[in-house]
Amino acid sequence: RRPQVHSLQELRRSASLATKVFVQRDYSEGTTCQFQTKFPPELESRIERQLFEETVKTLNGFYAEAEKIGGSSYLEGCLACATAYFIFLCMETHYEKVLRKISKYIQEQNEKVYAPRGLLLTDPLERGMRVIEISIYEDRCSSGSSSSGSSSSSSGGGGGVGGR
Amino acid sequence: MSVMVARKKVVRKWEKLPGRNTFCCDGRIMMARQKGIFYLTLFLILGTCALFFAFECRYLAVQLSPAIPVFAAVLFLFAMATLLRTSFSDPGVIPRALPDEAAFIEMEIEATNGTVPQGQRPPPRIKNFQINNQIVKLKYCYTCKIFRPPRASHCSICDNCVERFDHHCPWVGNCVGKRNYRYFYLFILSLSLLTIYIFTFNIVYVALSEFGCRDGCNPRLFPVLNCVLTVLEVLICFFTLWSVVGLTGFHTFLVALNQTTNEDIKGSWTGKNRVQNPYSHGNIVKNCCEVLCGPLPPSVLDRRGILQQEESAAQEETCTRGPAAQEPSAAQGPFSTVIFLQVPVPSPSNTEMPEEKQLPAGELPIPSQDTGQAEH
Repeated sequence: RRPQVHSLQELRRSASLATKVFVQRDYSEGTTCQFQTKFPPELESRIERQLFEETVKTLNGFYAEAEKIGGSSYLEGCLACATAYFIFLCMETHYEKVLRKISKYIQEQNEKVYAPRGLLLTDPLERGMRVIEISIYEDRCSSGSSSSGSSSSSSGGGGGVGGR
Repeated sequence: MSVMVARKKVVRKWEKLPGRNTFCCDGRIMMARQKGIFYLTLFLILGTCALFFAFECRYLAVQLSPAIPVFAAVLFLFAMATLLRTSFSDPGVIPRALPDEAAFIEMEIEATNGTVPQGQRPPPRIKNFQINNQIVKLKYCYTCKIFRPPRASHCSICDNCVERFDHHCPWVGNCVGKRNYRYFYLFILSLSLLTIYIFTFNIVYVALSEFGCRDGCNPRLFPVLNCVLTVLEVLICFFTLWSVVGLTGFHTFLVALNQTTNEDIKGSWTGKNRVQNPYSHGNIVKNCCEVLCGPLPPSVLDRRGILQQEESAAQEETCTRGPAAQEPSAAQGPFSTVIFLQVPVPSPSNTEMPEEKQLPAGELPIPSQDTGQAEH
């Protein structure tokens, strides 16, 4: 089994940034935080469509969970109001807990899926929840690693990626 | 200048944030630049309550019930807590787009509209979205270089885009937006109750001490001073009642319909040619629950994050209470200024600059400031 060609640290050191793609917000459900699952054409050759869509759909699911209006969120709101919001000095809100889960998920996705393909996801929280920034790196490593990088994407790309 | 010694100084992100906000306590507190009226609010509340506790309560606690000052104290503490929370918290400011993102959006806009020949006015930058079967337009903010989310608006006083922008309130010294609207509502509600409470018990006090003096009641010390102070309190409460209670009623109406002051003033959802409010659940209880008890998103500004920089001694020391945008950051300041100066004036129907100066009932008009310009 071929070891991972790019680790996250290697990527940052050895590769140079080629371009960035920004996945915009999807406001069709209202003002809740959701991102568009439309596949950006710049990623066509770098990653499989299903992997990308799965990442965005999982992120959307997390945000929906954070902003869910239901019994537990009302309880939290009422309890906070009753304590004149002093309770937030010692307690974390549900939203913050989910945001921590999201950043762990993004780091995990970066290590497992995106960095081997020369891509890097940025947590939307660092961009004001406006966009998911995907940095595309050009590989300056040895030709061996770059060809294995492209061959991995082409061998896995039989599913949905157009012929490149 | 002084000796150039490169030393590592911890610079937090709030020191480099654009916009016209003031930061205190090393970034923990965030307010608008003009705080004079906020101090007046504090003075009025603290002063009136101090007088009430010092004079009337002592009499009423003995004559009627000790529960009276206790309840007043609870109301007072709640009102102060919600006031400070409204004033000091981030209303939901949307950080400005970084240069890469702004360039990407510009490219997208050009791709959809086509490049405009020199000298011609570009078409207005608007994107249409469909929310719950209604078409909602997203406007492009020239200052922040983003397409504003629905219900967001650019506050010309604080020079920030704020999510679910309600209005800029000089009495609390901050914008009222998504993150602090519930605190603002609870503040005006508790202040209304406190005002009514103090007003009522002042009347009771006057009535009791003038007409109902039973055997053994203590004669008032300093009767003239007492009289003057009571009248003063009654006057303050009377004027506060009319404005604050009215405002509370107005905001209760807005909460029940899930609207913002901004939308109400612009008439976004009224009139037969306009779309209906797509954010309302149609049910008053549900709307109230969502606005007041819904999940609270944390601030995305990251004011206390550390900027990884090595500062030399020659760089100006940013003081902790200073306004944030005196030295625009190298990446954003000059860039946004240059772009702003080159953008032709948008057509009047789409102008985004002076529209945020609104005067909801009860708020003082503010001298208009230069809108949308980055600080030099």
